[in-house]
Amino acid sequence: MEQLVTNQVAEQKRPLSEDLKKPLPKILQAERRGRVLTYVSSWVLLLILFSLLIFITSKGAAPFISGEVSFAEFFSTKWNPGENSYGALSFILGSLIVSVCAAIVSAPLGIGAAIFMTEIAPKWGRKILQPATEILVGIPSVVYGFVGLTVVVPFIREQFGGLGFGLLAGVIVLSIMILPTIVSISVDTLQSIPRHLREGSYALGATRWQTISRLLLRTSLPGLMTGVVLGMARAFGEALAVQMVIGNSPNLPFNLLTPISTLTSIITLNMGNTVQGSTYNSILWSMALILLLMTLLFVVLIRWITKRREQS
Amino acid sequence: MSDKIKVESFNLFYGDNQALKDIGLNLEEKKVTALIGPSGCGKSTFLRSINRMNDMIPGVSTTGIIEIDGKNVYREEQDLVQLRKNVGMVFQQPNPFPLSIYDNITYGPRIHGITKREELDMIVERTLVQANLWDEVKDRLQSSALGLSGGQQQRLVIARVLAIQPDVILMDEPASALDPISTERLEDLITQLKNDYTIVIVTHNMQQAARVSDMTAFFLNGEIIEYSMTSQLFTSPKDSRTEDYISGRFG
Repeated sequence: MEQLVTNQVAEQKRPLSEDLKKPLPKILQAERRGRVLTYVSSWVLLLILFSLLIFITSKGAAPFISGEVSFAEFFSTKWNPGENSYGALSFILGSLIVSVCAAIVSAPLGIGAAIFMTEIAPKWGRKILQPATEILVGIPSVVYGFVGLTVVVPFIREQFGGLGFGLLAGVIVLSIMILPTIVSISVDTLQSIPRHLREGSYALGATRWQTISRLLLRTSLPGLMTGVVLGMARAFGEALAVQMVIGNSPNLPFNLLTPISTLTSIITLNMGNTVQGSTYNSILWSMALILLLMTLLFVVLIRWITKRREQS
Repeated sequence: MSDKIKVESFNLFYGDNQALKDIGLNLEEKKVTALIGPSGCGKSTFLRSINRMNDMIPGVSTTGIIEIDGKNVYREEQDLVQLRKNVGMVFQQPNPFPLSIYDNITYGPRIHGITKREELDMIVERTLVQANLWDEVKDRLQSSALGLSGGQQQRLVIARVLAIQPDVILMDEPASALDPISTERLEDLITQLKNDYTIVIVTHNMQQAARVSDMTAFFLNGEIIEYSMTSQLFTSPKDSRTEDYISGRFG
């Protein structure tokens, strides 16, 4: 205790400016340690990312380089690994269409909920809807898939006929899964609009709906788009839940009720059943590469949208 | 001169907290009335009561009457859209919408149902000329309003208010975020506008109140201490608290 007191006195005597000029060795050491720690972390991160990129690219490009499969073959719809036909176009389109449809269903719902939470009933909207969306995020994808399998698939079968498995089931399950992403990003965007803009609109005699539709939606459009694209990216990469309800047949995804496949569902279903180094196995890597490139595209798209927002 | 706005025993509460106490004053048509007083004295709250912007704050309740053209704006059947179309408001922070200059001006008219292109074009030119901004922006009406300087933004906001053709314009410390030159231009504009509009301006700056206003009301702790001709209030105040305030002894 006494020592503590004397320490404090000693610290008080030395002016702060002196301290800042000549930091104590102990402080310097902590400074250095902190810097090393953060440097190492970021380098590890970069290293992992680049090795992943290189690994997947080399694996994915292999069948084309060795000439086992041509690009034209790969981007065809003929899929029959037993007879050496590896056309992945149906799956690429399947992934794209199921994600885009999920985003189309989810975007108005998510943005609508976000408007409700920020503009119409901020109090109980935040109290009820905020935790509800957080719970939606926390539910594991296998549970979504399971619910889709036991509720959505039979429902579609009874209402529309067919197997029930297929594009529609995938869209329904995915649109629920990406809803929280869209809601939370939309809420953040709408909340970042300063209050004085809303007041300016109300003071001109605008009603709440006019303020929302003519001012808030217009000014927050880039942010809302970012949320939708992020949701789409999430849907694109989702494997488990999709695979459980989509039907897993190599059909073109142009009918809501036909069972189809996506890149992710084909990869998860077949990765364990193929021989390392076989053409079939390599083609799965090529599909993984396509997934990676598409995700990259989504990221670039989001960057571009945010940049445009900053400029305007 | 007829009275445009009549206020009688007006009280405003934030929950249990009384922010305005028994306000009573008559504002003349086509005059500038300045509301002065220290921070937190209720002058902005009173200003926002006139176009009922306080309605949006949860827990606010009022009693008493604010009449515009003989009609109580707190009566039940008052249409808020109509009220705010008649009573425009300029805020402390210039708040142009992040849209083009053109869309900022036409925001109000469009809300109130004007869609014809020629008509909107005319409104844009007329209001920008009125707000002394036309020459500075006529070549870039389609570029973003956020690219304007603070003073230009505030004049744009005034033009935006003029576009809805109000009778009354409320200004809540409109010059407090502006540099001296922009402030001077804004004051010139206010002097011009009072030929056609009834203006109520809240200001922290007593020289400004003295320069632009015809009448001045001194607020303290939610009450009006003194209300008279500006020249009289600043040269021979009746209340000793007014004298203390305008001579800079507190506030």
